[in-house]
Amino acid sequence: MDQIAFISLSVLALASALGVVLSKNAVNGAMCLLLCLAGIAGLFVQLHAYFLAFILVWVYAGAVVALFLFIVMLLDMQGGRPWRFRAAQAFAGFMAAALLLVGLDLLAVRGRLGAGPNVGQAAVGSSLKLYAYQLFTTYLLPVQVMGFLLLIAMLGVIVISRRIGGAEDSR
Amino acid sequence: MKPSLDAYVLLSAALFAIGFLGVLVRRNTLVIYMCLELMLVAATLALVAFSRFNGTEDGDVFVFFILTVAAAEVAVGLAIIVALFRARQTVEVDRLDSMKH
Repeated sequence: MDQIAFISLSVLALASALGVVLSKNAVNGAMCLLLCLAGIAGLFVQLHAYFLAFILVWVYAGAVVALFLFIVMLLDMQGGRPWRFRAAQAFAGFMAAALLLVGLDLLAVRGRLGAGPNVGQAAVGSSLKLYAYQLFTTYLLPVQVMGFLLLIAMLGVIVISRRIGGAEDSR
Repeated sequence: MKPSLDAYVLLSAALFAIGFLGVLVRRNTLVIYMCLELMLVAATLALVAFSRFNGTEDGDVFVFFILTVAAAEVAVGLAIIVALFRARQTVEVDRLDSMKH
């Protein structure tokens, strides 16, 4: 049962990831990204990381993909030439991706990754309490830094969009 | 029967490779950005799998941070893309080559 769920979810994720790369229309690409994220969230659930699956759907599918769709429609790039790539570039791209895939595949086939010592244990990622305990003890400084980073990113976005816009239609 | 750790790592490698292919092949800056996000998510899948199979939660916490950074990165990156589009009227990487020469 687990195996069937894993295979179907991974096929969904891989197919929609290919859809992101191959789709001519950027809106279709964003939709494929959404599907891919749904598949990966399902895999997270299968790995007992329920909280992360929730966060993934919330942040990625809810915010990031919506932002992508918004920008795609704002810039209105439907009429572009999406697939005009030179032979050399395409060759280099396929070669690099294939080499990466083959190398990692060899690594996974030759070097068996044994399961860790505590496989049979109860799922750690499923408990929100353990999660919060980690975040507010061991990782307290990173949490603070993240908050600062989000603040800086917000300010940066405001500055970037204001300055260019102000320069364009200077009153 | 449960899927093994190898299967998860392999899947994450395949997703990463697909995203990498997209970054190298596509010409539209926004699609390149989506493929970058795909690579990030593939890395998080490997982290969650390792974390689960080792019985620790450190990987899960890292994924939390990765998601936060990715959200901030998307906001800033898309603002830059919009600013670029306003200045140059294009988002094709072939035409954004003023730093090349």
